[in-house]
Amino acid sequence: MAKTVTRLMAATLLVAGVSLASFAAQADPAPDMKNWDAVVKQANGQTVYWYAWGGEPRINDYIAWAGKQVQERYGVSVKQVKLADTADAVSKVVSEKAAGKTDGGAVDMIWINGENFAAMKRNDLLFGPWVEQTPNFKYVDVTGKPTTVNDFTVPTDGLEAPWGMAQLSFFYDTARVKTPPQSAQELLAWLQNHPGRFTYPQPPDYMGSSFLKQVLSELVADPAVLQKPADQADAQKVLAPLWTYLAKLQPVLWREGKAYPANGAALRAMMADNEIDTGFSFSAAEVSAAIANFELPDTVRSFVFKGGTLGNTNFVAIPFNASAKAGAVVLADFLMSPHAQLRKQNPEIWGSFTVLDMDKIPATDRKAFDALDLGVATLSPAEMGNVLPEPHPSWMELVESEWQKRYGVAK
Amino acid sequence: MLRFAPVLTVILMVGPVLAGLLGTLLPAFGYLPALGGGEWSLSAWRELAAQPGLEISLRLSAVSGLLATLISFAVVMLFCAAWQGTRVFGAIQRVLSPILSIPHAAAAFGLAFLIAPSGWIVRLVAPLAGWQQPPDIVTLQDGWGLALVAGLVIKEIPFLFLMTLGALQQANAGQSQQVALSLGYGRVAGWLKTVLPRIYPQIRLPLFAVLAYSASVVDVAMILGPTTPSPLAVRILHWLSDPDLSMRFMASAASLLQLMLVAGLIALWMAGEKIAGFCGLYWAEGGGRYRRDGAVRLTVAVVSILAAGLILAGIAALAVWSIAGFWRYPDLLPGQFTVKLWLRELPALAGALINSVLIGGAAIMIGIILVIACLEREARQSARPGRGVMWLIYLPLLMPQISFMFGLQVFFGYLGLERSFISVVLAHLVFVLPYMFLSLADPYRSLDDRYRHTGLCLGAGPDRVFWQVVLPLLARPVLAALAVGFAVSIGQYLPTLLIGAGRFATITTDAVALAAGNDRRMIGIYGLLQALLPFAGFAVAMLVPAIVFRQRRGMRDGL
Repeated sequence: MAKTVTRLMAATLLVAGVSLASFAAQADPAPDMKNWDAVVKQANGQTVYWYAWGGEPRINDYIAWAGKQVQERYGVSVKQVKLADTADAVSKVVSEKAAGKTDGGAVDMIWINGENFAAMKRNDLLFGPWVEQTPNFKYVDVTGKPTTVNDFTVPTDGLEAPWGMAQLSFFYDTARVKTPPQSAQELLAWLQNHPGRFTYPQPPDYMGSSFLKQVLSELVADPAVLQKPADQADAQKVLAPLWTYLAKLQPVLWREGKAYPANGAALRAMMADNEIDTGFSFSAAEVSAAIANFELPDTVRSFVFKGGTLGNTNFVAIPFNASAKAGAVVLADFLMSPHAQLRKQNPEIWGSFTVLDMDKIPATDRKAFDALDLGVATLSPAEMGNVLPEPHPSWMELVESEWQKRYGVAK
Repeated sequence: MLRFAPVLTVILMVGPVLAGLLGTLLPAFGYLPALGGGEWSLSAWRELAAQPGLEISLRLSAVSGLLATLISFAVVMLFCAAWQGTRVFGAIQRVLSPILSIPHAAAAFGLAFLIAPSGWIVRLVAPLAGWQQPPDIVTLQDGWGLALVAGLVIKEIPFLFLMTLGALQQANAGQSQQVALSLGYGRVAGWLKTVLPRIYPQIRLPLFAVLAYSASVVDVAMILGPTTPSPLAVRILHWLSDPDLSMRFMASAASLLQLMLVAGLIALWMAGEKIAGFCGLYWAEGGGRYRRDGAVRLTVAVVSILAAGLILAGIAALAVWSIAGFWRYPDLLPGQFTVKLWLRELPALAGALINSVLIGGAAIMIGIILVIACLEREARQSARPGRGVMWLIYLPLLMPQISFMFGLQVFFGYLGLERSFISVVLAHLVFVLPYMFLSLADPYRSLDDRYRHTGLCLGAGPDRVFWQVVLPLLARPVLAALAVGFAVSIGQYLPTLLIGAGRFATITTDAVALAAGNDRRMIGIYGLLQALLPFAGFAVAMLVPAIVFRQRRGMRDGL
């Protein structure tokens, strides 16, 4: 017995020692962004650990495909670390900074946007600037889609590469609703006639907060104030119309606002359960995919509000202490290529709209984009209508904390 | 060498836990230079106190923790009292044990689909009641947290039951019961008066573990618990994952509050023990026979079967969902079935399954060696370790896991041990070992010393006595401890993801990530797969002794 224990402990320590030795000192010099060939060369043989939300098998499959392409083209292998919440990736980087690990970090790339980006940028947790020096960035539609360089009004400053476009769109069951509401006010009126048949995920869930921002953007007297930090305006006055609206909406919500779905994906299950008649999502292709996936009845269709809906861009960023920065840069560049973006917009693959400018990309690629069949329940980019800009992140924080005070504790 | 075992065990356990605690303590008082916090302050606490509904969150955590513990305890005790030594007892035992292998979150999802206003139970009556739409009432996520309590109770009953079985075996409960019966006591009263006082000390720690777990649970609470506001542990998780990184200071303060809450609840429970003991003494001495306990016996059997039935029906629901085509309310079954999703997921699963088995296997191997070495040393020295040391081992069970994950990450980072296989195993060990100790300690300590003495008298050395006498006699509880440890390891999400830095995808990390997509089909597939490995573990733990000892009557299951 004693001998066994001794041997086992020795073995344990040995393994620990070996792993200690092998994981120390792997510092990778920051890639020289002025010399793309050198970046590509440096990337060869690296492994990129990409921390990305993993709740959607279609998206995981796309990421796996992109990894395979980059492996074949540049010798970079990609491993997706599937997350339930992007905050876990941010946590990881913060804990490494706390432990003094300024290089050789665990996270090489994060799928990110909005508040998470703003927070990482503010706390100097990102590598860069590197985005504008990548070859494929020239195809990005920075003028037509200004959110590709302004993430929730925060300038990206070359710290994150645009990956996909998202715009709030609603869906409804044509078997249960004749004409869907066309604005926040119409939604309220409709809900008053059909109490309990609509709800939004509980803020600060991303989708729930987005719904509140949509309402705010529609009702605010002067939309321009939302583009600046909240402390530069009379916030109480700006937000007043939102609270007046919610005061009328809350009592007719599903469960009278005593319970909420946890996230946007839960709205789909509630449609199938006939708990609600209309819901919303940030991915226009989600509805078609969900029908194909048996999650929604085939009578569900998408619609947007007449005055427009919130739109934003999602990005990939590289932490300041990433181990494989060159590999991550090369991967990000590939993700922005017309080839990768085309596949991403294909609703049978994923159905996420491109960040590229159709007038800038080569003609053959443009033709391929035009030829895409978007699916029965998906609105085309033209049908998506007006894009409302995301408010400054400080508005979201304000709305979330005020919402928590008013409605976070059920009366 | 054996004498170092307790020290090593405590170091392996307490090092990480204290590091984790420190990682919470410092930010709670304003210190976290990585986020620009360099000065001591109480602002995190002030901010916490100003959170709307904080007192309601605290109350929810406290009440659901106490209620879940009390109910599962009462059910298990009354059930043992009413049915021990009968065929029903054996039958329930066989049903409840495998339920242990079902992950909490999967059981909660199953229960949610049963009791939701659009769930299976409503669908049964909907055609009769003419409900075209599901009733707009709150059943899940009710403000009192009753659904949450129900979800906890159905999972804790099997755990406490298994722990009680071990205690019963060594307390010679069967004999006491027969004496009580022959003195004219009713089954239930006789058991409660003669057996309960003797087995209670042995199930006390498992009870505390249940109490701490129920008061700080996150996943079950997110599925079944109220959200306006949520119990404290869920809110801590939200604060920790808030994009506004400065919220982490307040989240750390809240984690300490959560720890204090758990400590307070345990203190409260101990006070309750005193009162119950005092009253119980009078009651026992009163000599009441309570012979007509048929109603009680029937009720408790029905409740136990209901609890097991709810879990099994929930799992059946998950199984149906995993092969469901489109399935709309109020259909009892999906309109079409498909194995498309299974076929899509299975090929990718091999790696995750292997990782789960390797990590769990390594953790329980190290764990069982340490646990047995500690207990064997204790037996040879005929001395029990001080209470303080015992408590240190159980610390990870009494603290909410989320509250020390950050410190744990920093700790492993300092050691340079992050994202290696061994670090993941060590992190798992922190949570696996207490449960293994919990399930093996009592059987080990109650092994009749005369076996050992006989061996020594026949001239065998202590080591030979251990290998040839002690270990075979304890094969059953050792295997059970391995199975319990394996199940705990399989269920670990945060330690695997954060300490392993995503290098080790397991069935559980994949399951939790995919659950974020909220598709019941995927939840069904992964919930079943997650239950599969621990189930295999429990099956091995039950089958191996049955086969090995098939020729030895005295080694068969005694109960």
